[in-house]
Amino acid sequence: MAERELKKRPTASREATAVETETEAPPTTERGDRLKAEIDDLLDEIDEVLENNAEEFVRNYVQKGGE
Amino acid sequence: MAITKVCGIETEYGIRVDSPDDMSPTTASSLLINAYIARLDRKVGWDFEDESPGRDARGYAREGSMPPEIETHLVNAVLTNGARYYVDHAHPEYSTPECSNPREVLVHDRAGELVLTRSMEAANRLLPAGEEIVIYKNNSDRKGNSYGCHENYLVDRAVAFSKIVHELTPHLVTRQVYAGAGKIGEEVPYAGQEQAFQLSQRADFFEEEVGLETTLKRPIINTRDEPHADAQKYRRLHVIVGDANLAEVATFLKVGVTALVLAMIEDNFFAGRDLRLASPVAAIRAVSRDTTLGTKVELASGDRLTAVELQWELYDRARKYAAERGLEALGDEEVARRLLDRWEAVLQGLESDPQSLSDQLDWVAKLRLVEAYRERHGLDWQDARLAALDLQYHDLRPSKSLFARLAMERLTDDEEVALATTEPPATTRAYFRGRCLQRFSSSIVAANWDSIVFDIGEDSLRRVPMMEPLKGTARHVDTLFEGCDTPAELLRRLGS
Repeated sequence: MAERELKKRPTASREATAVETETEAPPTTERGDRLKAEIDDLLDEIDEVLENNAEEFVRNYVQKGGE
Repeated sequence: MAITKVCGIETEYGIRVDSPDDMSPTTASSLLINAYIARLDRKVGWDFEDESPGRDARGYAREGSMPPEIETHLVNAVLTNGARYYVDHAHPEYSTPECSNPREVLVHDRAGELVLTRSMEAANRLLPAGEEIVIYKNNSDRKGNSYGCHENYLVDRAVAFSKIVHELTPHLVTRQVYAGAGKIGEEVPYAGQEQAFQLSQRADFFEEEVGLETTLKRPIINTRDEPHADAQKYRRLHVIVGDANLAEVATFLKVGVTALVLAMIEDNFFAGRDLRLASPVAAIRAVSRDTTLGTKVELASGDRLTAVELQWELYDRARKYAAERGLEALGDEEVARRLLDRWEAVLQGLESDPQSLSDQLDWVAKLRLVEAYRERHGLDWQDARLAALDLQYHDLRPSKSLFARLAMERLTDDEEVALATTEPPATTRAYFRGRCLQRFSSSIVAANWDSIVFDIGEDSLRRVPMMEPLKGTARHVDTLFEGCDTPAELLRRLGS
């Protein structure tokens, strides 16, 4: 039945927005490289701040129910 | 016309005590809150006069259902921003003041985080060196214990509760595609296969479609009927099915879209395809377990839709609603327009490339982090380091928070968030509560959502009722406070 058919996405207006975003964004590889560098820095930091004994930390994190 | 969707968020925070003494979480929570309010001039306690969490919106209480108990002996304070800060069972809990638009709720939710962070710092200064209380804004200990993040919305009493159940449930089940806080693993086995990552912290814990409980057999629609306002005119819809978000875009959408859907329900704007789900409880778990977002849920009609497709249907109706009826019910039309635009952009992102939302949504940000960490160290999904990373995403200590290390998009700024720890919203009765506490706290015996009790040295105490959530705003009472130097003068001017 027609009324039950899923509407096609995106609609015209959404398509227009999508195109705009595309032209504004830097080329994919550049963006990808930047993201990768960002996350690499972050992972270095995480290695430093992550709770020392992860296993013990996770085991000891026990909450009583609330609500 | 739908009434303005006054709303607020109550968050129970996770608490961990690092101490050789056996300090209970309840004691630690009390220490935390007392350390914070010790900085304030005078503590004003909560007034339990109107608490009746066992009242059911369906007009009856089911046999064997368990309304929560109220613990009157625990620390319980009202802040000058109109918020309530208290010990709930074994958790510190912060209820934002009543706000009149979704952005204001977001600012006050962030202010709550700041209050908790300052409390943690103040409490830790009182503890011996090497001991520490640590606060987490999450909803699960990964061992089957969950604590809540509840939203509240003002709803017209004239709307039949069953209509709310039918029309709101599909939204509550599917909004986790943007409002989920993300979780590694699962706490309730489902579909016989080990789960690596879920969209939602809380989906595991929902077992019923409708009910009064909040701590066991949790329902998607909670029926607690405790309006904290004129009960003839209003309901306070108590939504317990959300995650506590750190990402501002997620909080904004969670509250804003829900308020908008409620306004549409109230205005009978739900014509069109019947979106009722065949099995909401199964659907909420299935949606949570699919990070590819491809899972289709079955409607009662037999149609099958993905969660994102269902959200698109709601979005299309909302656009139509905005065009035909306006967005007044969301408290601020400009905020509401930005909400609609953001909702659209986020649904587009979810559809084309969820990773593009890693600076906007908690579950996407967390998943990206976990995947990268797992890849770098070659870890199994079961590795404790990943579980630790999951917990630490929510750690409120600025030095330890993983969330704080991500360059997440902000919709607020630090200044307004800091201000909201002491200043009430100007557009609800929270303004009157907050101003009274700022000006006359030494004469206030107790306060709660719908009244303030004054002791002005007369034989009897004087209770000022505030049964209208949209009265007592800056516009209503600023002139009342002008040149008013004593609480007795205030009460005289109020004519009480």
